[in-house]
Amino acid sequence: MCLGVPAKIVRKWGEGAITYAEVDLGGVTKEVIVATDEEVGVGDYVIVHAGIVISKISEDELEETLKLYKELSLEETS
Amino acid sequence: MSGMDLKTRLRELFVKNPETPEIVRLIKELARRLGGEVVKIMDFCGTHEWTITSYGLRSLMPENVELIAGPGCPVCVTPGHYVEGLVKLALEGVNVFTYGDAFKLPSVKGAKPRSLAEAKMLGGKVTVVYSFLDAIKEAGRRGSEEHVFFAVGFETTMPAVAEPVYNMAIPKNLTILSAHRLTPPIMRYLLENVREVRVDGIIAPGHVSAVIGYKEWEFLVRDFNIPTVVSGFEPVDVLLAILAVLKCKVEGKPSLINEYVRVVKPDGNLRAKKIINEVFKTVDSYWRGIGVVPSSGALLRERFADFDASLRYGIVERPDFSDVLPGCRCGEVTLGKVKPTSCPLFMKACTPENPYGPCMVSSEGTCRIWAENLHTILTEL
Ligand code: SF4
Repeated sequence: MCLGVPAKIVRKWGEGAITYAEVDLGGVTKEVIVATDEEVGVGDYVIVHAGIVISKISEDELEETLKLYKELSLEETS
Repeated sequence: MSGMDLKTRLRELFVKNPETPEIVRLIKELARRLGGEVVKIMDFCGTHEWTITSYGLRSLMPENVELIAGPGCPVCVTPGHYVEGLVKLALEGVNVFTYGDAFKLPSVKGAKPRSLAEAKMLGGKVTVVYSFLDAIKEAGRRGSEEHVFFAVGFETTMPAVAEPVYNMAIPKNLTILSAHRLTPPIMRYLLENVREVRVDGIIAPGHVSAVIGYKEWEFLVRDFNIPTVVSGFEPVDVLLAILAVLKCKVEGKPSLINEYVRVVKPDGNLRAKKIINEVFKTVDSYWRGIGVVPSSGALLRERFADFDASLRYGIVERPDFSDVLPGCRCGEVTLGKVKPTSCPLFMKACTPENPYGPCMVSSEGTCRIWAENLHTILTEL
C-alpha cells in the first residue's frame, strides 16, 4: 500500500471538482484520482500511490539526476 | 525476485545500470578519505530498505559505511487498538475496508480474533481494497450496509482520503478511521529522543517528499547538521544518495540534496497539501511500540465529523503499549535500534506466511523485507 509506482495515463475525465484517470500499471489498468495540479494528460507518466496520482514524472529531469552524478564524480576526481 | 542469491542480484544490477560500478568506486573512495570515521546512513522508507536489501547494496558498502533501516512503515506503527475496534465492528456486521497490508495486522496483546483476517475467517465482514476510491464504489454498490475505511498511511496516502472528503464525494454509509501518521515529526522525535541511534546521513522518503516538498526536510540540516538526500527508488538512485551523503561528510558541509528531481519539487504537490490541510488537523499521536510523538498524527477536522469513524464508534488509540506483543521487538526495529535478526522470533515464530509482529505483516516492514530477501541477508551476515 505504501508503494508508489510509475504508471501511464490512458484516459482522464472530471466529475465535480475531482479529476479521475485510468492508468496503466504495467499491464493492469486502474481507476485513480488525480491529486495534483500539474498538467497531466493521456500518455504522460505519473507516480501512482494507493489509488491517487501524486506527481508527474518529468522526463527532462532524468538528465538532472545524471548531471548530479557527473558533478559528484567530477568534483571528486579533481 | 526474492530468494535470488546475492551474486545473481548484483550482476542484474550492474547489467541494468552500467554506471553502477563507477558510483560504487566513488563511494569507496570517499569513504576511504574519511579515514576510520564510521558513517551511519538511515533510509526512511520501507521501499528504500527493499531496494537496499533486495539488491544486496549493503554488501557493496565499504566497512565504515553502515545502512540502517528507519521508521518508514505506517502499518507497523498503527495502534493495535484500532485493529481491536475494527475487529469488533466486523463481527457485529459493519463492513471494514482495509488495504491488503493491514489485513493481518495484529490487534492488542492477547486479543482473539487477533486480526481482521482472523475476524473474516470467523464470519466477520472485511473487504480488502486497493484504494479508498474502490471502497467508495463498493460502499455505493452495497448501499444497505454500514462501512468503515481503515485509513493507514503517511502523507502519500492522505490525499486519497482528503480529495473525496473535501469534495463530499462519499456515500453516507461510509466512515473513515484515520490512522495517518506524519513523517517529519517522527524523524525529529527519533533524533531528539533516541540517542542510542546515531544518524550521520539520511535518505529521505521520495514519494512523501513528492507530496510535502523536499524543503520540509531542511530542519535535518539546520537543527541536526545531518546531510539529507531525497532519493528515488532504483538501486542507482539509492547509491547516488549514499554518494551524496559521503560527499557532504568529506567536505564537512551538511546539506539537503534532491536526487529525485524527476518527481520531487521543492514545495511538493500544492493541491494535495492544501486539501490535506483543509480536511485533517494535526494531533499528538501514539506510534505502536514507540510512544506518543508530538504533532505526528492526523484526524478529520470537526466539520467532517459525519465521516469520522472514531467519533461514530468510539475507536481511539490508547498509548499504553498494550499492543506490544510479548517478545516482539518491532518498535526497536522501526527506530533502527536493532536489526530483525536480533529478534529471537525472526523466521521462527514469526514468518511472512505466519506473521506474529507488525513489522512482519506489511511489505514495508523491515522484518518482512529481510525475511523476503533472506538469501541476500544471510550472505551479508
Ligand atoms: S521478527 Fe516478528 S516478532 Fe520479531 S521484531 Fe520482527 S515482527 Fe516482531
